Amino acid sequence: MNRLTIETYVGLFVVAGLAGMFFLATKMGNVGVFEPETYSVSARFTSVSGLKEGGVVELAGVRVGKVQKIVLDPAAYEAVVHLSLNKNVELQEDSVASIRTAGIIGDRYVKLSPGGSDLILEEGDEIIETESAISIEELVSKYIFEGDKE
Amino acid sequence: MINVLHRLGDSSLGFVEQAGRLLLFLLRAIASAARPPYRWQALLRQVHFIGARSALVILVAGFFTGMVLSLQFYDTLVRFGSVSLLGSAVALAMIRELAPVLTALVVIGRAGSAICSEIGIMRSQEQIDALECMAVDPYRYLLAPKLVAGVISVPLLTSLFIMIGIVGGWFVGVVLFGVSEAAFFQGMYETVTLHDIRMGFTKSLIFGLLVVWITSAKGFFLHLERYGAHGAEGVSRVTTDAVVIASISVLCADYLISAIML
Repeated sequence: MNRLTIETYVGLFVVAGLAGMFFLATKMGNVGVFEPETYSVSARFTSVSGLKEGGVVELAGVRVGKVQKIVLDPAAYEAVVHLSLNKNVELQEDSVASIRTAGIIGDRYVKLSPGGSDLILEEGDEIIETESAISIEELVSKYIFEGDKE
Repeated sequence: MINVLHRLGDSSLGFVEQAGRLLLFLLRAIASAARPPYRWQALLRQVHFIGARSALVILVAGFFTGMVLSLQFYDTLVRFGSVSLLGSAVALAMIRELAPVLTALVVIGRAGSAICSEIGIMRSQEQIDALECMAVDPYRYLLAPKLVAGVISVPLLTSLFIMIGIVGGWFVGVVLFGVSEAAFFQGMYETVTLHDIRMGFTKSLIFGLLVVWITSAKGFFLHLERYGAHGAEGVSRVTTDAVVIASISVLCADYLISAIML
């Protein structure tokens, strides 16, 4: 009986600990256990400043995927962003991908706007229409220096 | 002058000697833990002692840590009007720093000291020599199960600490101060990444090894202590040393791991 209680305690302890780890990994770490199937598309931006891998992709404010990878295209001096999108989201070929900021100092995320074309993007396709990240400092300095010239 | 040099050299030699002894001890213990046959029953008993019986202390400590963390962060964040970051702040601080370190410190105090004095007394009463006489390898028989149990138990305890700490943070933030529950949890889910969790658990794995390693080695080499008296006095001194050294090395290792992984 005594040995049984030791084993029960240890079992309970291990199960509780593992449950905690599982919760942390899936709910917070976003490890894909319950994640829906995805497909990936790419998009080119002149600047992705502030966007991180793992960042959120939104369509109409709803989270539909994440930023998989960001690489530099050395030939064009452009950033190529690979997005992984949920399978159930169909995007038209002329959809627009733009990089936005959540709030004033919030995280950068990719906002998708649907297009009107009949052609649907598939695995490996590229979104042609993009809007790059807007840097507030650049905007401010632009206005200041334009004011100087006049 | 010569006397000062003599003492300096003496203590340096002692330090190097002890470091070498501890390293060899670790390698030998790991080697004997890795070789079958495995002693499941002994491992179970050690996980019960180091892990399961520390769970209650960890739960209480974690709950209050989460509460006080939430209280302090609320007081700071409310001055900047960004109370919605409370959940993220509590969860990040918990996962990356506080849970692994405090769990390790609690385990040192509760189980580490007991391991050290247990093995120290066995050494002082020549029980370990008796084992060797009977051709029982003390590394395999005594030390390997403790080491493995430490590596298993401390991460599990850390995960309990994090979960209950978040509950404590939720209690103070949401129930007492009325922060929006959605902001608390959504912020938390979105800010915490897999990297943070990996960092917390890497720490706790290393701490688990460190704690059991240092405390059991200090007890095991009781007879080689430079100023060691055998018997009660020697055991008490070596246990004090073991707790101090283990705590300090957990804190140093914490900084190093953070610096490497950030």
